[in-house]
Amino acid sequence: MVKNEKILLAHGSGGKLMHDLVSQIFLKKFHNPILAKLDDMAMFKLGEANLAFTTDTYVVNPLFFNGGDIGRLAICGTVNDLAVSGAMPKYISAAFVIEEGFPLSDLEKILDSMVKAAEEAGVIVVTGDTKVVEKGGADKLFINTAGVGIIPEGINISGSNALVGDKVILSGSIGDHGIAVISQREGLEFKTQIKSDCAPLNHLIAEMLQVTRAIRCLRDPTRGGLASTLNEFVTQSNVGIFIEEQKVPIKEEVLGACEMLGYDPFHVANEGKLVAIVDPKDADEVIRVMQRNKYGKGAQIIGEVIPNPRGKVIIKTAVGATRILDMLVGEQLPRIC
Amino acid sequence: MKYLSEYRDPVLAQKVIENIKKISHTPVNLMEVCGTHTVTISKNGIRQVMPKTVTLLSGPGCPVCVTANEDIDKTIWLARQPGVILATFGDMMKVPSSYSNLSAEKAEGVDIRVVYSTLDALQVADDNPDKKVIFFGVGFETTSPTIALSILEARKRKLKNYSVLARHKLIPPAMAALLSLGEVKLHGFICPGHVSTIIGSKPYEFIAEEHGIPCVISGFEPLDVLQTIYMLVRQAENGEARVEVQYKRSVRPEGNTTALKILDEVFEVCDADWRGIGIIPNSGFKLKEEYSDFDADKIFDVDVPPPKDDPPGCSCGEILRGVKFPYQCKLFGKACTPERPIGPCMVSSEGACAAYYRYGTG
Repeated sequence: MVKNEKILLAHGSGGKLMHDLVSQIFLKKFHNPILAKLDDMAMFKLGEANLAFTTDTYVVNPLFFNGGDIGRLAICGTVNDLAVSGAMPKYISAAFVIEEGFPLSDLEKILDSMVKAAEEAGVIVVTGDTKVVEKGGADKLFINTAGVGIIPEGINISGSNALVGDKVILSGSIGDHGIAVISQREGLEFKTQIKSDCAPLNHLIAEMLQVTRAIRCLRDPTRGGLASTLNEFVTQSNVGIFIEEQKVPIKEEVLGACEMLGYDPFHVANEGKLVAIVDPKDADEVIRVMQRNKYGKGAQIIGEVIPNPRGKVIIKTAVGATRILDMLVGEQLPRIC
Repeated sequence: MKYLSEYRDPVLAQKVIENIKKISHTPVNLMEVCGTHTVTISKNGIRQVMPKTVTLLSGPGCPVCVTANEDIDKTIWLARQPGVILATFGDMMKVPSSYSNLSAEKAEGVDIRVVYSTLDALQVADDNPDKKVIFFGVGFETTSPTIALSILEARKRKLKNYSVLARHKLIPPAMAALLSLGEVKLHGFICPGHVSTIIGSKPYEFIAEEHGIPCVISGFEPLDVLQTIYMLVRQAENGEARVEVQYKRSVRPEGNTTALKILDEVFEVCDADWRGIGIIPNSGFKLKEEYSDFDADKIFDVDVPPPKDDPPGCSCGEILRGVKFPYQCKLFGKACTPERPIGPCMVSSEGACAAYYRYGTG
């Protein structure tokens, strides 16, 4: 980090700058072995219980979008961050920063949506906080949620567990959430049928863990998209990953919107998808189970873990060439979650 | 949206690649002059699958990259004037000028609005009657009709506070200028599909006829570009030089006559300053005399110091002329990255340096 540098929107985009900010600033100040793992959640033992604990803040703009709203996002996002550790999410906290003048009816709509999402995920909101700031002090509504869950015995999922030969599984089409939100952004409204994929993935993950406890890596590719998640895996596990572009499902409409806006769908956010790295012998059965769940219908193997080049994701393109699939550099669009 | 995956079919792609290999015997240098082609080629790794005889070069195809330092200096000067709102397309924001860039100016409090279309800029003018709204008009023949249209619309709405700083560029004269410079031996042009949708195929004919260089107007999907390369190699091998249209689903020989009429109504051809190349005769658009009420060049008495040269070590000029590959610039990927760009070719996502950096140099 350069002295006198200021925070840019790109520092929050899930790409390279954010990773630099986290590792060079936050990690240095709050240094401890649990945080240092840099997984989506913290894992620790409390008494006899193995716990997963996470927090996330939601600033999506607009608050209501095709396929969801900030409330559903705030529950699903935190549930998913817990679930990708293999934990069973249990209790959630919810804190609200509300701008003066915000319509109460919108707040109620958002709360109803949170209740519904929490019911679907099987979690309970047990504590909360409300702050109101003067007009202009925040943009309409921000929500923070935190959550705890219990990790069953024998589960050890981490971004650093990938082994050469493992298969890379993706649960469905990419880019839906980012495009659904962007397409409704003020000044950029274009017609699309794309719905956000925003969904709680804990039941899907529980079903996958019934096939095998040996799921090695699991993550939901949110900000920074699939490309960032795969790059995190190769860095943490010190391996390479080989992906075939043709095997990664992308809806034609998402592809079209990305063409128009100049985005790469591999960098666009998802809120209801997961990437799993599994032992090759378990891959087919995991896929079969996933495809039975409505949030895993499009599951398929998109590639595998390779020994070299270490720390790189290699993608085979439509013309049969290979190139590096890098993390998002710079900002795409801010405030999509 | 349909008809995208069809143009990304790996089996068909393989067939076209085989056909290129079959007919290509003599080494050729083919140049694309459109940023979107630059990205398609890099992103799909098309250079990797070419036979040794086919070299793909990037030319002055990114409108952001070819905008001269002095023009951005003038834009910044205008934006700083009291009572002015500058409206611009977003990709101009971070382009370095001699002394600053629009992004840094905005952070300092200068009123600069990023718009997605010229109609948004008109809206800004409508909403701020006590301010002067200036639109920074950059781009090739693809965007210039929308800017011409905004001027006609402003006149219709009797908007007195809207003007355009017109710095539009024309592609065919730049292609001819590169040939005249003679720095690189070219054997074919991959011509821009979007620009040609507006101007048609005729404006390239002098390049084929007078300069003897094959031209093929290409679509933007990997299969489009592969087929275009095949067509260019075929012409070169047969000793032909003519204009062919690969992008038939969009380009008509006469172009988009409605758009051309609007262009002709508002603009006239003028000399233009290209970064890395200099003044190219008849390669730009300026507003016609009868629209001088909307011409920022006429309304404001712009006073800027002489522009500075590109930063030391930056090879953007040579890269825009196809003389150097981005990785031959000593700053590439080291001092100059998309996060901290030094030259314009690394700023714009359609710049050659950004494409090579993002997708690898293969």
